[in-house]
Amino acid sequence: MENNEKELQVKALKNGTVIDHIPSDILFKVVSLLQLESVKNQITIGNNLTSKRMGKKGIIKISDRYYEEEEISRIALIAPNAKINIIRNFEVIEKKVLSLPDNFTGIVKCPNPKCITNNEPMKTKFEVIKKNPVVLRCPYCEREIQQEDIQLL
Amino acid sequence: MIFPLVFCNGRLFSVKSFCTFVYSITNRINGMSSKSIVSITDYSKDQILSILDSAATFEANPNQTILNGKVAATLFFEPSTRTRLSFETAVNRLGGRVIGFSDASTSSSVKGETLNDTIKMVSNYADIIIMRHHLEGAARYASEVTSVPIINAGDGSNQHPSQTILDLYSIRKTQGRLDNIKIAMVGDLKYGRTVHSLLIALTHFSPQFYFIAPDELRMPEEYKIICDEKGIPYEERTEFDTDVINEVDILYMTRVQKERFTDQMEYEKVKNVYTLRNKMLEHSRNNLRILHPLPRVNEIDMDVDANPKAYYFEQARNGLYARQAMICNALGLI
Repeated sequence: MENNEKELQVKALKNGTVIDHIPSDILFKVVSLLQLESVKNQITIGNNLTSKRMGKKGIIKISDRYYEEEEISRIALIAPNAKINIIRNFEVIEKKVLSLPDNFTGIVKCPNPKCITNNEPMKTKFEVIKKNPVVLRCPYCEREIQQEDIQLL
Repeated sequence: MIFPLVFCNGRLFSVKSFCTFVYSITNRINGMSSKSIVSITDYSKDQILSILDSAATFEANPNQTILNGKVAATLFFEPSTRTRLSFETAVNRLGGRVIGFSDASTSSSVKGETLNDTIKMVSNYADIIIMRHHLEGAARYASEVTSVPIINAGDGSNQHPSQTILDLYSIRKTQGRLDNIKIAMVGDLKYGRTVHSLLIALTHFSPQFYFIAPDELRMPEEYKIICDEKGIPYEERTEFDTDVINEVDILYMTRVQKERFTDQMEYEKVKNVYTLRNKMLEHSRNNLRILHPLPRVNEIDMDVDANPKAYYFEQARNGLYARQAMICNALGLI
């Protein structure tokens, strides 16, 4: 019964993007990262779903929306093991592996209150030191940021 | 009286300004372009050695005219009399001129001007900007918004590269070498930016470290990992005694600050444990020298000052030559 329900949920998306295997505790961070609150497309969000691998997981399905590599790869900042499925006509036509770039601008806030980026109207920048789990480095105050301490802007 | 003039590249030059023009072009061709110095890691090992060699030539002849016609801006958003005077003396003794402020309350930042705007404005007037700021990363950001070279004279608890260069200069001058130095770092190893930068710089030179600090102020893991990765031996201790003092070439003392302790009882317990007294130096090596970034409070007893192994005041003077070398390097003049 449970399997049937799960199948139904996945197949309900005709065209669009499914982000699967999101850790339940950061599902809404991913929602915020992709700024889904301002997206007009149909969106289904499931959380605390049973997962063999993770125990509990979150899933986001966005209808008729396909993301650029750069937009979607941001998810790897907080959920490096999430899986991206591209759906067309109810079929998974592509599975994307998340991969962070070596450097990126914006998105994340430096947690150091004495960092210049928190005191000057400027964009943050980060170097990606490690990809899984993610470790970032602010090139301004030179602090390293562990994945669990990543705060989104 | 006739002044000879030279016409070149669509411009009319006096002989003197033509020579300066040719010199700047030659420097550019030789790759000696101006550049900012924000962190000690901006220098390679070879560049560090080259800066130290230049500092030695400035020590031999500290009064020169190499900065004639140059204007240096010293922007001290946070007061630091010692560092500012050292940089300003360095510029003045090389024939340059200094503009700037020694306290942010006398600058437009109190009116809410952004750092970006202050730096861009000053860049119209100065050939080089030497800045201290209470915010970490301020100098790196400043170097991104202007083409004028920036020298970081301290950004919060982050970087202070001229202190590291003068420390290295003092070590090389007193020991005759930088390689294979046994150095004990004593006091606040957790928050002390000078010990962190010095540790990073010394990793080029196969040192052997002793980290002596109370538990609350131990050397952070990240620096020990750097030592491990580079195969640099280190020993951590909480006791500051003659066992280590008698072993080392350099004793690098730092201030244990009361405000760093969450438990003031702990501070009272350790404050005198990390005080160096003259009698502790009785059996130390002849080549031992005691360094301290200053200001010192009570971590070096006054009775050490008369000992020829006390080097902290000479170390501060070396800062002048180190800064002369850094300024000229940043301007692409050496």
